[in-house]
Amino acid sequence: MKYSFSRKQLAIPYAIFLVLFVILPLVVVLFYGFTDGDGNISFHNFIAFFQSKKTVGTLLYSLVIAVITTVICLLLAYPTAYILAKFKVKTGPAMLMLFVMPMWINFTLRITALKEILDLLEGNLAMHSYANTIICMVYDFLPFMILPIYNTIAKLDNSYIEAAEDLGASKAYVFMRVILPLTLPGIVSGVTMVFLPSMTNYVVLDMVYNSTYIMGSLIGSYFSSYDWHNGSVISIILLIIIGIITAISARFTETGSRGSKRSAIN
Amino acid sequence: MRKLIQNTWIWLVLFFMYAPILILAFYSFTDSTMIGSVRNFSLQNYVTLFTTPDLISMIVGTLVLAVTVALLSTILGTIGAIGAFYSGKNSRNFIEMANQIPVVNADVVTGFSVCILTIAIFRIAKESFIPLVIGQTALCVPFVYLSVIPRLKQMDSSIYEAALDLGCTPAQALRKVTFPQILPGVISGFMTAITLSLDDYFIATYTKPATFDTISTYVVNATRGSQTSIKTALWALSTIIFLVVVLIVFFMNRNNNKDNQ
Repeated sequence: MKYSFSRKQLAIPYAIFLVLFVILPLVVVLFYGFTDGDGNISFHNFIAFFQSKKTVGTLLYSLVIAVITTVICLLLAYPTAYILAKFKVKTGPAMLMLFVMPMWINFTLRITALKEILDLLEGNLAMHSYANTIICMVYDFLPFMILPIYNTIAKLDNSYIEAAEDLGASKAYVFMRVILPLTLPGIVSGVTMVFLPSMTNYVVLDMVYNSTYIMGSLIGSYFSSYDWHNGSVISIILLIIIGIITAISARFTETGSRGSKRSAIN
Repeated sequence: MRKLIQNTWIWLVLFFMYAPILILAFYSFTDSTMIGSVRNFSLQNYVTLFTTPDLISMIVGTLVLAVTVALLSTILGTIGAIGAFYSGKNSRNFIEMANQIPVVNADVVTGFSVCILTIAIFRIAKESFIPLVIGQTALCVPFVYLSVIPRLKQMDSSIYEAALDLGCTPAQALRKVTFPQILPGVISGFMTAITLSLDDYFIATYTKPATFDTISTYVVNATRGSQTSIKTALWALSTIIFLVVVLIVFFMNRNNNKDNQ
């Protein structure tokens, strides 16, 4: 029998890799989340999470941080993306490059830089740890909000706006009823790209000496004490939140959220 | 008037994004130990950066890791994308779905789950670097896959058929016909993988050997109180990385403009 090569077979190594190192880790997390130390199935870890004031407080605190960070990013990014998209064909993309470039500089070094500035302005970083956390997160994630919004505004068909204006709509009305709905997919994918990291990127908090926990810090601390069970519980709760966000954003956009993360490179 | 407000806004946001990096770059060339106090010009930080064994091994280690991970991811992602693209609907849907998981997942969860799997279940020692390479590769391959697939979609499939009719073996046709056409996607996938690995903190921190540091983990440890000379040497590192990124972006833009003309 002759061996015949077909292009389909090239998918096999990657399919095996995905099963072993993407799907299996999640199965293991599910297993640890729903079992106790003896390997018996138990919901005790989850009940404990929702009964403890400390952990529920952490969940709420990270949601608050994530909402505030996302809203500020959106308020800064939307006008920026809008103005950039209205620039001349040549200068627009070049200017966009300037706004996207920080993505490629290591985020810990960028936050170190901002931290030095805040230190100089405030004298003692620990005094305003909450505000500093938000400032650093906005600084870190802003490019991820600007890029997808810019992409949808740049594709916007101007004839819709002109038609609305010709029919007598005011500028504010055109914005609310024409521009905003048409650019909603960009907003949604920007929001998904900022919201989740704001709930989990606890390095930012560590770096500005904010000792409050967010969801990511819980995983970090359970990891340090080799508590796989509780670490898995937090992971599962985060996965559920990710699932909800992905489901919502899938209704607005065709491609997934972070798929556009690096689209500027292409 | 409107133009003025718009330009002011753009410059203010740019100022917010670049002032910290540029101010730090300025002070990296002085002998100040904190910003705000102007002292004398000095290259001491750059000397420290390139003569402290700890710092050099950390930088070299990060770069070697990034290239290794990016090469692995590019090979796996490219052949995976070709395979999936020509597979049946079901297997393709399965791969696309699984591919999306690391893309939407939080890096903390990816790192933690790969850590439990490799260390607690498979019992692979962190010192072997295998968990670290697996973890970062699991993060990077999906992005390579996502940048190769559009190129395959754009490709004219009749060229491949023509090559077969003219006597190529499927492997030859793949190498000489398909591969050159998807090359831009492969390259941009490779670049994405490099930047993701360089930027990664969470996967590295959960899966790396205790004695090994990447730039991210090193910087985070350094902020928890360390020598001033190391702190200011990191300013020099940040300045060098900034300049490298500026140069790469500049040359990429120039090449793109050439292609367009």
